Amino acid sequence: MLKIGVFVCWCGSNIAATVDVKQVVEAVKLQQGVVFATDYQYMCSEAGQLIMRNAIEEYKLDGVVICSCSPRMHEATFRKNAERAGLNPFMVEIANIREHCSWIHKDVEEGTIKAIALANAAIAKVKLNAPLISGESGVTKRALVIGGGIAGIQTALDIAEAGFQVDIVEKSPTIGGNMAKLDKTFPTLDCSACILTPKMVDAAANPNIELLTYSEVEKVSGFVGNFKATIRKKARYINTDLCTGCGDCMSKCPSKKGKNEFNCGLNNRPAIYIPFAQAIPNVAVIDPVQCIKITKDKCGLCQTVCSAKAIDYKQQDEIIEREYGAIVAATGYKPIKLDKFDEYGYSQSKDVITSLELERLMNAAGPTGGKLVKPSDGSHPHTITFIQCVGSRDISGRGKCYCSKICCMYTAKHAMLIRDKYPDVNVNVFYIDVRTPGKNYDEFYRRAVEEYNVNYIKGQVGKVYESDGHLVLQASDLLNNEQILVNSDMVVLATAIEADESAKKVASMLTASIDTNNFLTEAHAKLRPVESPTAGIFLSGVCQGPKDIPETVSQASACAAKVIGLLSKAKLVTNPCVAHSDELLCNGCSNCANVCPYGAIGYETKLINDHGIRENRRVAVVNPALCQGCGACTVACPSGAMDLFGFSNSQIMAEVEAICKK
Amino acid sequence: MIYSYYPGCTLKTKAKELDIYARKSLEALGIEIEELDNWQCCGGVYPLAKDEIATKLSSIRTLNQAKELGRPLLTLCSACHHVLTRVNNDMKTNGDINMRANNYCAFDEPYNGETQVIHFLTLLKEVVGFDNLAKKVVNPLKGRKIGAYYGCLLLRPSNELAFDDPENPSILEDFIKALGATPVVYPFRNECCGGYISVTNKSQATKNVDKIVASAKYKGCEQLITACPLCMYNLNENAGADKIEVKYFTELLAEALGVK
Repeated sequence: MLKIGVFVCWCGSNIAATVDVKQVVEAVKLQQGVVFATDYQYMCSEAGQLIMRNAIEEYKLDGVVICSCSPRMHEATFRKNAERAGLNPFMVEIANIREHCSWIHKDVEEGTIKAIALANAAIAKVKLNAPLISGESGVTKRALVIGGGIAGIQTALDIAEAGFQVDIVEKSPTIGGNMAKLDKTFPTLDCSACILTPKMVDAAANPNIELLTYSEVEKVSGFVGNFKATIRKKARYINTDLCTGCGDCMSKCPSKKGKNEFNCGLNNRPAIYIPFAQAIPNVAVIDPVQCIKITKDKCGLCQTVCSAKAIDYKQQDEIIEREYGAIVAATGYKPIKLDKFDEYGYSQSKDVITSLELERLMNAAGPTGGKLVKPSDGSHPHTITFIQCVGSRDISGRGKCYCSKICCMYTAKHAMLIRDKYPDVNVNVFYIDVRTPGKNYDEFYRRAVEEYNVNYIKGQVGKVYESDGHLVLQASDLLNNEQILVNSDMVVLATAIEADESAKKVASMLTASIDTNNFLTEAHAKLRPVESPTAGIFLSGVCQGPKDIPETVSQASACAAKVIGLLSKAKLVTNPCVAHSDELLCNGCSNCANVCPYGAIGYETKLINDHGIRENRRVAVVNPALCQGCGACTVACPSGAMDLFGFSNSQIMAEVEAICKK
Repeated sequence: MIYSYYPGCTLKTKAKELDIYARKSLEALGIEIEELDNWQCCGGVYPLAKDEIATKLSSIRTLNQAKELGRPLLTLCSACHHVLTRVNNDMKTNGDINMRANNYCAFDEPYNGETQVIHFLTLLKEVVGFDNLAKKVVNPLKGRKIGAYYGCLLLRPSNELAFDDPENPSILEDFIKALGATPVVYPFRNECCGGYISVTNKSQATKNVDKIVASAKYKGCEQLITACPLCMYNLNENAGADKIEVKYFTELLAEALGVK
């Protein structure tokens, strides 16, 4: 007869306010096999854990049920504690009476009934538990960072600093990301290039870092510690070993009508180009759609002028296969498209621009050499009006429901920089709320208002239109409760940011979960913010949610610390809760292999002795190193051959039966 | 295919041109229509009260009649199109309105929004095609600078009407281009003319119309076209000192097709 102990946690008042814990204890004591039951204010505390260990030893418990919070929270804690007391950790079951019960109910009587039902289900399950032994797997001492913006660079630098190899895979021709486009950075106003480009150089020079620019990850297989990635290095049509970055080819290229991506399309670039002067690697790339030689087999001027003989029109994409112990997603963000916000006239007037475009217009290395002019005619603007929350905090369904978090601060920065450099220019800012939490942030915003006399107007703009040679903003001023018309020479839209379009593809390649906004989901919002729920996958920067540079860099370093922790391990403990197939029942139908998201199921033909009948049969075989224990195969299996250790079909049925029993 | 045609009350009285030129043009384009027997007024205004049902019934009867004939319902007047489309959406998506309306009407079969309500302009765009329309033009309106005046009812609420981009529409400009004229885009083409406010506050309608006319003239429009009799009324009757010629878009169409 198994001896079961039940421990009911109050979780302070989180559980105890809605569940009568004493009554739960009394109820479970009536269950067959329960030899000990008690309640305690905080089971997860050291004192609570001691109660559990003492009971295991004193009552020689074979199984333990903890009625507490979600197993996602403390299952590992209680398993470790059981192990300390000499019990196999997989003989512990959690009844989630917090998230599944007390937090979602108000009535104590109902809450208590449900808590007892959940506890009884866990008791029924634990009786069928069997001790499981975790296996071990090795760790490839190399990390892959997807994305070469400030987040990816910082994570890679920190991992490399700890002595591990890192590859940065960046889809565009240079690392640097969005930060490289910025002019100055809040709240200290140091120039973005001055703080970013040295880091880019460091990343290129670090012997532990390999940069794979103009490359994309195409396929990822394997599991934590043992990933395999296929990376496509796109043809640059340049031999990067030979190119010196002199730029002679750029000046000679006759096909000059490409949109300059680095300048947000504000000016054009040639078909052969170096994205910007400080690009890393500082080598050219040919746009194959725009190049006359590649599209029409004419021209070839760049090849003639290149003294380094670096140009190769016949270059092909290259496929690289690498193994990694950990993978970091650092895919970043982009501003949303404005085609659903035509009331602001972005598609109709050149003088309506996005904030990122303004960064380029104010940047000394930008298309105007840092001189702020109206894009329509190059003249000096006298009034500039900013509109905040364009597509952010949007409940109309056209934009994003979230706050993009960075816009209030960069708009204050823009307003201040304009007033500082051009005191004759009037600056208005339309806002819903000004949100400036952060060290020295609110002080920064107040300086814009108080020292630089930026005119902040609380209200939304309904329409921007052209009249008599300037723009007019039709808006409401909520503090004065009136409809107003504001004349302006330029309008700057603080455009919402969204996850980069690559995020969704990367997430599905990594089997990392994403939310409805395509931001990658963290393993725990508060306690595991830089890890994905998929083991071995880590999150760095805006791919997890909007954040500014200081926050991105902090998170990138935190992410690196987690990767270093993983790569430092000699061996990893594998989860023993994996699928296995009963060869006698398996009919080799392939249903399980078809639903397996991890490619963990294969087939072999072997001699089966089925109650004396010997025959060769095709049967499923699970690779326990690849199996993540999701259980999809157990549901898909028509013959009931597939089962999961720790979550067997019989255990789940026992739980259901216990819940349904009155 | 034959389309069930819904002219609506105004097209039989104040806005006869909108109706007459549409019929002539459709004949020239080879599209067959049949006016719905015993059609009733759409109700004129889509009632915004959540529990309002009585004023939607006439639209529902019209929609059901088209369903029984198994034909799409062709509309022309912006207001009728607006009301019929929205009431049809209610019958598709609002279980409460659907149940009460069907209980009251007691049709042979319950009406669940099956009828396709199609505006004349959508027909031109999607069934005829502006490219084909351009080929059938015998009298191209070369050199004429024409501004499209959309008003509100065709465009909004955009998720229900699903007609065009409410802030930057293009269907009428494409139409003008197909007729050989030059469309002029001006900022106030999707702003309200004042609508029924002219009944109670004429000066407000004048304010709205003046802004529209000024904006159109500033961008170089010589003439405006509209699909809405109420817009036509306001632009003509409630303009201040500065006026601009306004025509129904069907009149322009008939002119280009040589059937005016």
